[in-house]
Amino acid sequence: MRRRVVITGIGIVAPGGIGRKNFWELLTSGRTATRGITFFDPSGFRSRIAAECDFDAAAQGLSFQEIRRMDRAAQFAVVSAREALADSGLTPGELDPYRTGVVVGTAVGATTGLEQEYVVVSDGGRRTLVDHEYAVPQLYGYFVPSSFAVEVARAVGAQGPATVVSTGCTSGIDAVAHAVELIREGSADVMVAGATDAPISPITVACFDAIRATSPRNDDPGTASRPFDRTRNGFVLGEGAAVFVLEELGHARQRGVRGYAEIGGFAGRCNAHHMTGLKPDGREMGEAILVALREARVDPTDVDYINAHGSGTQQNDRHETAAFKRSLGDHAYRTPVSSIKSMVGHSLGAIGSIEIAACALAIEHQVVPPTANLRERDPSCDLDYVPLVARDHPVRTVLTVGSGFGGFQSAMVLTAPGAPA
Amino acid sequence: MTATVITGLGVLAPNGLDTADYWSSVLAGRSAIRRLSHFDPSRYPAVLAGEIHGFDAAARLPSRLLPQTDRMTRLALVAADAALADAGVVPAELPEYGMGVVTASASGGFEFGQNELQNLWSRGGEHVSAYQSFAWFYAVNTGQISIRHGLRGHSGVLVGEQAGGLDALGQARRQNRNGTPLVVTGGVDGSLCPWGWVAQLPSGRLSHSTDPAAGFLPFDERACGHVPGEGGAILIAEELTAARRRGARQVYGEVAGYASTFDPAPGTGGEPGLRRAITLALADADLTADAVDVVFADAAGVAELDLAEAEAIDAVFGPGAVPVTAPKTMTGRLYSGGAPLDLATALLALRHGVIPPTVNVRTPAPGIDLDLVLAQPRPATLRTALVLARGYGGFNSAVLLRTVDH
Amino acid sequence: MRLLTVTELLQVVRECAGGDDHRGAEADLADTPFEELGYDSLALLETAGRLEREYHVKLTDEMVGEARTPQRLADLVNGELQRR
Repeated sequence: MRRRVVITGIGIVAPGGIGRKNFWELLTSGRTATRGITFFDPSGFRSRIAAECDFDAAAQGLSFQEIRRMDRAAQFAVVSAREALADSGLTPGELDPYRTGVVVGTAVGATTGLEQEYVVVSDGGRRTLVDHEYAVPQLYGYFVPSSFAVEVARAVGAQGPATVVSTGCTSGIDAVAHAVELIREGSADVMVAGATDAPISPITVACFDAIRATSPRNDDPGTASRPFDRTRNGFVLGEGAAVFVLEELGHARQRGVRGYAEIGGFAGRCNAHHMTGLKPDGREMGEAILVALREARVDPTDVDYINAHGSGTQQNDRHETAAFKRSLGDHAYRTPVSSIKSMVGHSLGAIGSIEIAACALAIEHQVVPPTANLRERDPSCDLDYVPLVARDHPVRTVLTVGSGFGGFQSAMVLTAPGAPA
Repeated sequence: MTATVITGLGVLAPNGLDTADYWSSVLAGRSAIRRLSHFDPSRYPAVLAGEIHGFDAAARLPSRLLPQTDRMTRLALVAADAALADAGVVPAELPEYGMGVVTASASGGFEFGQNELQNLWSRGGEHVSAYQSFAWFYAVNTGQISIRHGLRGHSGVLVGEQAGGLDALGQARRQNRNGTPLVVTGGVDGSLCPWGWVAQLPSGRLSHSTDPAAGFLPFDERACGHVPGEGGAILIAEELTAARRRGARQVYGEVAGYASTFDPAPGTGGEPGLRRAITLALADADLTADAVDVVFADAAGVAELDLAEAEAIDAVFGPGAVPVTAPKTMTGRLYSGGAPLDLATALLALRHGVIPPTVNVRTPAPGIDLDLVLAQPRPATLRTALVLARGYGGFNSAVLLRTVDH
Repeated sequence: MRLLTVTELLQVVRECAGGDDHRGAEADLADTPFEELGYDSLALLETAGRLEREYHVKLTDEMVGEARTPQRLADLVNGELQRR
């Protein structure tokens, strides 16, 4: 019999609120956390908007040495992991280190820390033969983002399998899926898994400017992320992390814990088409959805809510709308679909995990978060995108999807947990 | 239970531009470790590297791929071409969702990244390339290989510094079991640019030697750190029955066992996780220690890490009870490409019945009680090979390879 | 005012996005869609960025979307140059 996996702890660092309670409060209020960039002077850039976290590392319990050692994204991951572990109720004594593993997803690793150190060793870009005398000790940890898994594993005392998954903007789904596979196959009973990214730095802003992927709505940052809206003009860069405690179902039941949701199925496909482009037919994402549903043993008509990738680019919105119709048929028209990127922006590799958290909390609260800023629906996107206001809705089965540079298309199915034995 | 076998190899190494070239170098003990030539290393405390010379990307790849790729991606694409050709796979003839790509990455396309950071900071944001949005990131090799060959199945990217290459193969095997019968896996890496060099120096593990013959001496009493290199290997991992069904021209060996573990946090005491990774990989393969014919060591080249590895090997097999080798002494450590190259080397060793040597190492450090295969290749009847890899910070992975009877 | 020729434009495209495998008559290439010449949206964006820097023009998203052939892109750049 297949080993089943439930989410029993959630930890989140997100724009607009640190911690899962603040996060859910933001999502259900329909407020947005996008604003003009404050981390550096963005003048001169095309897009000067981001969803930034007001994150005080010391206030979140990190020690001075941890703060110095870790890039911002690693800090997010560790803070989220600690919250998730506390939320799960697992005490250190209950965790068998050898049977506990870690998977951290990230798209761009320690890019912020790397850029800051690059500027120093290159003296502002003036030296090609950069100066090692100014290299800080933590630079090697920035160089290899596997350091994120190192930090989380040490923070929770895990000595089972540990790794970093980096599949661009599907990293957050794929990392959790990888952890689920490790539990299913018996390599671990508990996995601390999720994803983090802190990409709001000049180089990231510049590279998305160059492909005109981010929104230039600089005069109205609060409404700049407009998935499925006729007036949308790109995504808004975000940052954050979500980390989960995933447990083998029997392990959770043994301690009387029901969990937030079961992760029933997952599938990934590649479009093998283009590093950044999507075809309008949504073919590979549709395939991933069908396989994920099959794996979860649920019928397409069982899906109660779709958490969309919804990045706010025209190409994406049409691509995934087509994918939902291909996979769910007419049921797609009856299913609420929403994008929380309208509120918390697009935190690249982290967002997939943050969206899984939103799905788990939607099941917990029987509420579907809205798509903020959706005032004029794109006529070619004709599903129910839950505009502006959160909706009370029976939520037992949730589909969440992601789409990333490199052609990655991922789909995951979460279901309401059964009653504890 | 299904079995995962390796049906194709694509090697691009400092001492060999293809599999045959590499294997003859390895048997001849030919090291490619030299003073760095890609940039002038004089100002830096580390000057040795395992560089690939004579690689002509323009002759091997479409010109439109060149502006959008870092050097390590070009190497990876050519290695993937070679691996697919070696396996006799024509992707257009197989189900598109039945083929995936799972590569390892350690640090992404650092040279591309340095150029664009320099453009940004010295000239302004409008000078940053559109290709920067993906050319440097960790997922780029998987994405580019998938696109080039039309592979649409379940894919992925694992980052575990030097251990990630074995984890990629472990994940490829998982995907074989989960219904993706063919997975292009492995890893190809390289960050031999000034920014990549300066970012590696703080690890404290780079050799400061100027003598190519004494720069990277794992297990030796003169061990002084490692020499970084570039390159790696791409492997075709296939589910055995699917490979037979399509009439695969060869099977190099089976991925019989795999496991990974993580070390206890520093200062908390407790044994490092490598021994446990070996034991778990043996259990996964349903084999006992005496069935292992050769060990391809992680071979850090750092005294305390070498000692820890020797202790783990001794604890499982007994002191000096199994031949141990480190052909990476001829290439340097290749980060995410290192373990895949070791896998390829181990599979070639199984095929040819010979253990490649560990070069330049002469006198094992005190406490190292291993049967090291030094200087000369050693002919042996080989049915199983254990490949070990450790990643900075505490990652341990082990893969057990086994010959397949025809 | 010196305007941009299609030959010059194609040279910029090649430098930005590669491709020296279609050195046919420039006249034939001028009206061949970029897609058929093997240049995707990224190649065009990379080229547009370079043209903006070198010719000090502004190419809007709409213009980049509209520039399906080398001739059309050259015309759009020249239109901007003449408007100055």
